Amino acid sequence: MLQQILQGLGAGAGYAALALALVLSYRFTGIVNFAQGELAMLATYVAWQFIEDGLPYWVALPVTVAIAFLAGAVTERLVIRRVSGEFGLVVTTIGLYVLVNALASLVWSSTLRVFPGPFPDAPPGLAALGAAGLAGLVLGALVLVLRHTGLGLVIRAVAADQRSARLSGIRVGWVLAIGWGTAASVGALAGVLLAPALFLEPGMMTGVLVYAFAAAVLGGFGSARGAILGGLVVGVTETLAGTYVGFVGADLKIAVPLVVIVAVLVLRPQGLFGAPLVERA
Amino acid sequence: MNAVAAGRRRVAVGQVAGDRRQVWPWRRTALAAVLLLAAALPFVLPPYRLFQVTLVLVYAVALLGLDLVAGHGGQISLGHGAFFGVGAYTAAVLISRVGLPYPLTLPVAALLAFGLGLAAARPALRLRGLYLAMISFTVAVVVPPLLKRLSGLTGGAMGLPVPTPDDDQVLYFLVLAVTVAAFAGVRNLTRSRAGRALLAVKAHPAAAEVLGMRPATYQAHAFAWSAMYAGVAGALYTWTVGFVAPDSFGLALSITMLAGAVIGGLGSLAGPLIGAVVVLALTSEVNPAAPGLVSGALLIVVICLAPTGLSGLLRRAAGSLLRRRS
Amino acid sequence: MKRVVLIPVLLLVLVLAGCRLGGDGEVVLGGACAGQVATGITPDSVKVGGIYPLSGPASAYAVVAQGVRAHFEHVNAQGGVDGRRIEFVVRDDAYQPARALEQARRLVLHDRVFALFQTLGTPSTAAVREFAGRRGVPQVFVATGATQWGADGEHPWTIGFQPSYTAEARVYARHLARERPGARVAVLYQNDDFGRDLLEAFRAAVRGTEVSIVATRAYEVTDPNVQGQLANLAASGADVLLNVSTPKFAAQALAADAAMTDWNPLHIVNGVAASPAVLKAVGVAKVQGVVTAGFQKDPGAPEWADDPGVRTYLAAMARHVPEADPRSQQVVFGWAAAQAFVRVLERMPCPSREGVRQAMRSLTEVEIDMLLPGITLSTGPGDGFPIEAMRLARFEGERWVPFGKVIDTRS
Repeated sequence: MLQQILQGLGAGAGYAALALALVLSYRFTGIVNFAQGELAMLATYVAWQFIEDGLPYWVALPVTVAIAFLAGAVTERLVIRRVSGEFGLVVTTIGLYVLVNALASLVWSSTLRVFPGPFPDAPPGLAALGAAGLAGLVLGALVLVLRHTGLGLVIRAVAADQRSARLSGIRVGWVLAIGWGTAASVGALAGVLLAPALFLEPGMMTGVLVYAFAAAVLGGFGSARGAILGGLVVGVTETLAGTYVGFVGADLKIAVPLVVIVAVLVLRPQGLFGAPLVERA
Repeated sequence: MNAVAAGRRRVAVGQVAGDRRQVWPWRRTALAAVLLLAAALPFVLPPYRLFQVTLVLVYAVALLGLDLVAGHGGQISLGHGAFFGVGAYTAAVLISRVGLPYPLTLPVAALLAFGLGLAAARPALRLRGLYLAMISFTVAVVVPPLLKRLSGLTGGAMGLPVPTPDDDQVLYFLVLAVTVAAFAGVRNLTRSRAGRALLAVKAHPAAAEVLGMRPATYQAHAFAWSAMYAGVAGALYTWTVGFVAPDSFGLALSITMLAGAVIGGLGSLAGPLIGAVVVLALTSEVNPAAPGLVSGALLIVVICLAPTGLSGLLRRAAGSLLRRRS
Repeated sequence: MKRVVLIPVLLLVLVLAGCRLGGDGEVVLGGACAGQVATGITPDSVKVGGIYPLSGPASAYAVVAQGVRAHFEHVNAQGGVDGRRIEFVVRDDAYQPARALEQARRLVLHDRVFALFQTLGTPSTAAVREFAGRRGVPQVFVATGATQWGADGEHPWTIGFQPSYTAEARVYARHLARERPGARVAVLYQNDDFGRDLLEAFRAAVRGTEVSIVATRAYEVTDPNVQGQLANLAASGADVLLNVSTPKFAAQALAADAAMTDWNPLHIVNGVAASPAVLKAVGVAKVQGVVTAGFQKDPGAPEWADDPGVRTYLAAMARHVPEADPRSQQVVFGWAAAQAFVRVLERMPCPSREGVRQAMRSLTEVEIDMLLPGITLSTGPGDGFPIEAMRLARFEGERWVPFGKVIDTRS
């Protein structure tokens, strides 16, 4: 049982990271980025390629995160900037989802690849804990930056209200790009942490995206802390349900996040930490 | 929904008001020509091409439904493939396990899909539209494993073969009849008071609410109707293809349909037809790895450059042509 | 009003008469073979279609088509089959049954092939089987070991090739009963017809012996990994692990087994997943001593260095499909099945689809170069399994080394 919980925490850390990425891009553009998982998958492939070409793991990781940051920023400036309206934006992210997935299949084919974990020589339970700890460190640092630095203040200002931020003299365009870049790098972290267990392949992150939705909704869509906590809860719940609940089994584990989302939206729509939503009749 | 009477009220113009200019009835001629062509096809096309045209009609019905939600309602639903699958599996199970004659499976599939759509829509539409997108995404991902799990009924991952009507020409005419009825249905729906209310809700929900409309009710009904259309299309799919498998009705189908609807053009009647051709191309002709590239790229390009889709472009082109003539 | 009614009536009449421009394109023979359909075959060519997972999760099997193509090109270079050039059309189904049916429809109705030579994978084959049966198109030597292709009396147009999963299960059971009486077996299996086929056959084969199954765990093809299942199986304390899975999951299971240092069962990997590539992906050092059953020669093995069949095979592969890896057992499989198909074409009583069907169901100890000595093709009324014998092999160094005698499960 403890083994399962540790594994759940390890997976949950990955879900938490992707959920945080979702929440970040939501705060900036007001929509759910359906391509978040695929961008993370692409970043993981890039990391894999670096490692294949000889770069040590602990060098490839930061390099990939940096590349992901750039990619996210560029995507925002080139594509997202040009689209207006919630409908158009969401459809664009769906288009990106499909495009990035196909791109990965084309470049790296759908053969699955083995991806090393951060602590390959540790026993599985400890390795999962280590991965969770690593994620916790990075995410914690991110939250610190957001809350206690000038840059963080600027980012939060833009996320709260773009128009007043612009009126205050903030270069909103740059901040949006930084926001998306950050979201993309957090997503890359999620991909890298989850790849050892999932085996790297283009369809790797679709299931994870669903878990991330559940985590973000559980945490209250909009709260960074909520996303992280939500991710851990979803991870543990999913692992335990898959092993111990008869009907669920291993194949219907993916139904767990659906149940979580529906339960949250029906019982407490603002999630654990979010602000109460204005309900339409 | 008071469809017919409200839609027929027209202000007196043209000849009725005394204008003696002769205006060629473009719309009606075009429609008659299209119907004539459609009726002639089964006698002219070889079997495989006829099969493809039949599939295009099937997808057109599905896209008509999606257009109700996305085009007229402004909502994003990624669950359309799931409702399509519900209709397809209902027909498949009824034909192969229960032995129901296949025309009877259509109303059953329609009712079931409508009911599910209504049940799903009520809770989801009380909140922001984003949640509908997220939940429908999740449902779409859950449907294939669920279908595989219920293998006693559905035949599991291997799918369920279904005997199709032997004569492909008869099948085509049946599908054509349903398609024409579907188009007429949507036309009446959108011209009715409910249709106009839906557009108002899409344009400015707060204002609509102030005027006394309850957005959630209209959107929920639109969602249920669209689910019904998807279910009907699913049953037609089973009739045409003769095989259902869980993986055919997952997220990929929903996204492909959305792509088809957007690329074809939302909010118009020609859009779903053009979109259906796109869907057929994406699901069969292109190498399985490439549809993602094509549909993803097309989707982004269309949204950025031509939000009204191909039908919008065609309409503009036709409009400018006609203007130049007069 | 009358005109409006006339149109549907006219349409009805035309439809009932089956009017169509150009007819439906089928070629029917006369004379001695009257009534038999010969679409896709002419005195100097024969067109066959194959459906393989060229992309998607099972794309590792796409190389089977390479072996097939090489053999057909080789035969064409020598004048063809009875003077007919073989035209081989390959289509991709991405291992999805719906797509396989779609491609089959296209091959038969649009490309007008003579026969469907090989569909790969149980789901794809099952999806196409109904269609092929209804249209009377032979679906020959399908690349899947599902028992149903041979056991079923209702689909005479479809026939398998490789030893069925039942035969394979019996081979494992016999080996364990003889070498490890009292063995306690844990089984990991894919939760579909393939996995259940082998599992149930194994269960039936060990009944009455001292071998017992102490734990079974299933996984779905959509599962991300099988760690959980392996953990559960390890808890049973079995001393034999029967791994009935496809390559991706087999690799995960092998890795998980190797990682669990306190559990060291005899790991039997089923033939579907036993390619050296899979084992190497896990790490050669971790998979020494793993056992499987096979029926083909390994072209890289020293014992076949002077074998004429292997030499022809290697030369033809180098000449016609140089980009292929001739040591892959999948490629060998393609070559062997293609050669079997050529034998069938040579034995057709009439040059028609019906002729193929009769020939493929009345093979008598036909020898194929790349099969292990002692293994031949035999079919007849009531016997729809061409190959029913296998030999066990153990993974030593970097390849499979056969041991023991050929086990014939026909009895």
